[in-house]
Amino acid sequence: MTTVASVYASGLIKTFGELRAVGGIDLEVRQGEIFGVLGPNGAGKTTMLRMLATLLPIDAGQARVFGVDVAREPHRVRQLVGVTGQYASVDEDLTATENLWLFGRLQGLRSAEARVTALGLLAQFGLEEAAHKPISQFSGGMRRRLDLAASLITRPPLIFLDEPTTGLDPRTRGEMWDTIRGLVADGCTIMLTTQYLDEADQLADRVAVIDRGRKVAEGTPDELKTSVGDSTLQLQLAESADRDLARQVAWRVVGREPVLTPESGRMNVPLDTADGAADVLIGLRQAGVTITAVSVARPTLDEVFLALTGHGTGDAGQPGQTERDEPFLEVR
Amino acid sequence: MSTATAGRPPGVRTRLPVVDPATAVARTRPHTSVGETVSQTLSMAWRALKKMRRNPEQFFDVTLQPLLFTAMFAYIFGGAISGNVSSYLPLLIPGIVAQTVLTTCMSTGVQLREDMNKGVFDRFKSLPIARIAPLAGPMIADLVRYLIAAGLTFVMGTVIGYRPGGGVPGVLGAILLAVFTGWAIAWIFTFIGTIARSARSVQGFSMLILFPLTFLSNAFVPVRTLPGALAAFVKVNPVSHLVSAARDLANHGMISSEVGWTLLAGMAVIVIFAPLSVYSYKRHI
Repeated sequence: MTTVASVYASGLIKTFGELRAVGGIDLEVRQGEIFGVLGPNGAGKTTMLRMLATLLPIDAGQARVFGVDVAREPHRVRQLVGVTGQYASVDEDLTATENLWLFGRLQGLRSAEARVTALGLLAQFGLEEAAHKPISQFSGGMRRRLDLAASLITRPPLIFLDEPTTGLDPRTRGEMWDTIRGLVADGCTIMLTTQYLDEADQLADRVAVIDRGRKVAEGTPDELKTSVGDSTLQLQLAESADRDLARQVAWRVVGREPVLTPESGRMNVPLDTADGAADVLIGLRQAGVTITAVSVARPTLDEVFLALTGHGTGDAGQPGQTERDEPFLEVR
Repeated sequence: MSTATAGRPPGVRTRLPVVDPATAVARTRPHTSVGETVSQTLSMAWRALKKMRRNPEQFFDVTLQPLLFTAMFAYIFGGAISGNVSSYLPLLIPGIVAQTVLTTCMSTGVQLREDMNKGVFDRFKSLPIARIAPLAGPMIADLVRYLIAAGLTFVMGTVIGYRPGGGVPGVLGAILLAVFTGWAIAWIFTFIGTIARSARSVQGFSMLILFPLTFLSNAFVPVRTLPGALAAFVKVNPVSHLVSAARDLANHGMISSEVGWTLLAGMAVIVIFAPLSVYSYKRHI
């Protein structure tokens, strides 16, 4: 007998009025893996997660969690999953201990049991000192940790994390990653959404890239990255008239199609390894192409998107949602 | 799923035990039992009481309104309606009790709506709990507010000279009846809370319902002074039944048929609006 998938979805659809937020997504998350759902704002990641977590009705398609149908038996599914949303889903007027105690009581723990579980989780998440503080005094990282702790009270075998590190500083983000890895080591399956390629890269065993409600790619982070190269050589051409020549040279040297911005005379060349940059530069020098600025960067989500969809992340967002202007990649 | 059913003694752990999906699936239950529903509702009531204690301004309306309205109505209308203040009080006090309790249950809907916008309601929705618990819990906690509102009205009445003929048992009966009716009517406002888009619109809509209900009743004036059409409405208005029943109890210590009608009307409201609220909560939020 093969093990049943943690999450199975086929043809998942959600429409809000005119907007098709999720337009027929198929997924299969295996037991014990970290599955990343990567995409820009408004791509439909959260909507998909909320459908799988019984928080939104499914318009069409099928979804099962450990073989249990999400639409038909939501109450069973809720006993199998922990959900940590993008916004702190804890009560601001209660203390950390009171929150965890309440969630424990609601899920059938006796009062004493709920207290012990709450204290244990606070200790595990390094929140003992804040146990009796009101949540309003918590930092962003502490809220996320408490939120995650609240999802673990009944030790569900599957945990949904919606953008678990958005807005966290790099150090706190690293701690959150370690916590998530710890959960998987204990036997949990994790499905998380993220806008950071780096996060998917660091954490996920497999990644699905979502764009405008559709899955545009799926694979290991390595597979995804090799589709755009390990790093990117960014060049500023002195003469934009040189761009065709420069493109040919880049193509000859690295065997990949560079991305050109004709108006500004910028060219991005995907590289398998960073030292490929030298080969491209030598080739350009020999061809007589003059360059005014050079940099080598890791590929951004934008470039992954460009490579996968032919458009950047900016125009994938819903109207009114602005593109993030902070860097997509952060180095730990 | 408690740790006890898994055969593990409760204790502080630094790491979580390994989760086995097959066992977890086998342990799932299709529905919440009645016992679980009651326990979850009480947990939600505990939450609401904690929040009340931390935001004492929530008690302003239930303390100030009975004090202010009792004194104001007694001295303004007493002479005009009953000749003097003290003979107006037996008519007025049960009326004010009904009015304050009804106004109080309006805020049940407003607060539910405010609460539902908060992130924690996402958590409540994601938990395997009875859908009625997040709605009924705060309403149980609100019983405290109804009790304060009704009790204070009688206290204030006594201070300005009201001497209820029904004695303590009669007054207690009137208070209990008012609290029950308030709780029942609160389901209407809870329902409005689940369908409205914002707390503001709940407030506006609720005022629209409450004002005619309380003022087009026999709460403040004798029905015989009203024109025919109005008198007809006042006679069928459930608030009138509550007011008459409360008068019979408090002034005469009498359990009249009005008490029965009030209880019946209250039950009817619960039977209609509790399922509607749960249905709407499931669908819209």
